[in-house]
Amino acid sequence: MKTLVWVEHDNASVKDATLAAVTAAGQLGEVTALVAGAGCDGAAAAAAQIAGVAGVLKADDAAYANALAENVAPLIVALMADYDAFVAPATSHGKNIAPRVAALLDVMQVSEVLSIEGPRTFTRPTYAGNAIATVESTDAKLVLTVRGTAFAKAAASGGSAPVTAAAATGDAGLSSFVGAEIAKSERPELGSAKVIVSGGRALKDAQTFQDLIFPLADKLGAGVGASRAAVDAGYVPNDYQVGQTGKIVAPEVYVAVGISGAIQHLAGMKDSKTIVAINKDEDAPIFQVADIGLVGDLFAIVPELTEKL
Amino acid sequence: MKILVPVKRVIDYNVKPRVKADGSGVDLANVKMSMNPFDEIAVEEAIRLKEKGAASEIVAVSVGPAKAQETLRTALAMGADRAVLVQVEDGTEVEPLAVAKILKAVAAEEAPGLVICGKQAIDDDSNQVGQMLAALLGRPQGTFASAVSVEGDAVVVTREVDGGLETVRLALPAIVTTDLRLNEPRYASLPNIMKAKSKPLAVKSPADYGVDVAPRLKTLKVSEPPVRSAGIKVPDVDTLVAKLKEMGVA
Ligand SMILES: Cc1cc2nc3c(=O)[nH]c(=O)nc-3n(C[C@H](O)[C@H](O)[C@H](O)COP(=O)(O)OP(=O)(O)OC[C@H]3O[C@@H](n4cnc5c(N)ncnc54)[C@H](O)[C@@H]3O)c2cc1C
Ligand SMILES: Nc1ncnc2c1ncn2[C@@H]1O[C@H](COP(=O)(O)O)[C@@H](O)[C@H]1O
Repeated sequence: MKTLVWVEHDNASVKDATLAAVTAAGQLGEVTALVAGAGCDGAAAAAAQIAGVAGVLKADDAAYANALAENVAPLIVALMADYDAFVAPATSHGKNIAPRVAALLDVMQVSEVLSIEGPRTFTRPTYAGNAIATVESTDAKLVLTVRGTAFAKAAASGGSAPVTAAAATGDAGLSSFVGAEIAKSERPELGSAKVIVSGGRALKDAQTFQDLIFPLADKLGAGVGASRAAVDAGYVPNDYQVGQTGKIVAPEVYVAVGISGAIQHLAGMKDSKTIVAINKDEDAPIFQVADIGLVGDLFAIVPELTEKL
Repeated sequence: MKILVPVKRVIDYNVKPRVKADGSGVDLANVKMSMNPFDEIAVEEAIRLKEKGAASEIVAVSVGPAKAQETLRTALAMGADRAVLVQVEDGTEVEPLAVAKILKAVAAEEAPGLVICGKQAIDDDSNQVGQMLAALLGRPQGTFASAVSVEGDAVVVTREVDGGLETVRLALPAIVTTDLRLNEPRYASLPNIMKAKSKPLAVKSPADYGVDVAPRLKTLKVSEPPVRSAGIKVPDVDTLVAKLKEMGVA
């Protein structure tokens, strides 16, 4: 099977989520990495070094600068004449683009693939991860999005695939990019952090969240996440949200502080290796999944913990 | 401008889904069902656009069993003007691709300026229909919206993306999918619930639109995820610190 993998990048380097998608695609067959961007030589060179990538297609055009689905989907659909499967990481870009490609190919997409059980058979989560479905595609081609935490990351170096240029398909003239507010953080990204400290509604306000969660995260070299309640209340921006409809994470250690453990939150973090929960309610559902629980008032516990670490 | 709002009847978000013992699916017998939460947000957004004068009529549409009428009545009670049920037999699951094809046909009849979908249905968690519909209609898509404003012949959508927010400008007609922070849906008032009972609700079938709803994905089995067993409780911070040190994270 010949697979085409969507490379998530910032024109200069390749984002981590791509590496898991390469591993998944490699289980299906030969991997070609698609780097679509504007001035994306750096990213194409980086993609060529990923272990397991047999070839890189570079589509360098102003129309692809911001990965607008209206512009990149026709490119992918044109390329798919030569491939059997399109594989994208289940990131916000991947989720935006892949279904548009699938519909144009008249294919039913398999979303958030967790494992590859056969050439056309996959497992995927449904009902906030409370039911795992095994599905077999009957379509001529495959379109998949891949959950990053479910596949090992391919090595970012060691490969030396040839880079070829792909013909651009131009600007569809339907949409334009106005701007972005992308938070710059020195902290590890949630997708790749080994340790994550997340705060919930109990943190009271943005200042308290700052004063308690961030220093603890700093001590642990951790990424920072949050429950939806904390995000809705404005303690932290939306991209901190962990859960069914936020980010899916699976670090070595996940520390949940003042988070009750609603199924929608658990859906995003219950594959973490070790879960630590701090909550004053000993019956909070989070303790049903926590490996280590500490019952008590976070306003006393967190400062003491930060100090003693 | 007309707004089309696709709404799905799903398991209520407060219910913990249980997998059937025979592995054929999730047990929905006697389970509370509600409108998909993202679709409530979509209905609310449509109403707000109408209240602002940016829209003239709101049509809610659902693909589902006869009971999905209840979901459509909820949309009507919130403030939608009309509803269309594309009815399938109870127990038939219609995949996103087929839903998108039906919606395309409905859009051909209704000619909406805007279609506002939820970003994902909380049962299948597919996150596909809006993007697929946009593809089939050859129109732009503003997915995972946290702000929507109609400006002349365009809609400006702020999107929740992995690193933060991004804003795109889409030529109308366009498809928008809602994220959680777009708005807080209103509750329908009792008088509006009564009024909704007499609002028009048309019942159609996929065949009326010439759409084949046969699934493309065969579900071989549905199983429970691996269960995590509860661990230990530690009595104090010192013990927690010791544990973290044992694990090598501190
Ligand atoms: C469609 C939909 C999608 C959703 N998606 C997500 C998602 O992706 N992610 C997500 O997180 N949620 C999601 N939710 C929301 C989810 O249902 C819960 O409402 C949310 O997770 C609750 O957040 P919380 O645990 O911070 O708040 P709460 O449930 O209010 O819990 C606060 C906890 O803090 C504890 N506490 C209070 N004070 C203290 C103290 N001083 N010390 C210690 N502990 C204290 C309490 O005992 C309680 O357990 C979604 C909901 C819907 C409807
Ligand atoms: N059966 C359906 N009837 C009407 N709208 C639907 C249906 N299924 C999905 N949708 C719409 O598409 C969105 C995304 O669904 P999905 O792609 O299944 O996750 C939902 O939030 C609804 O707005």
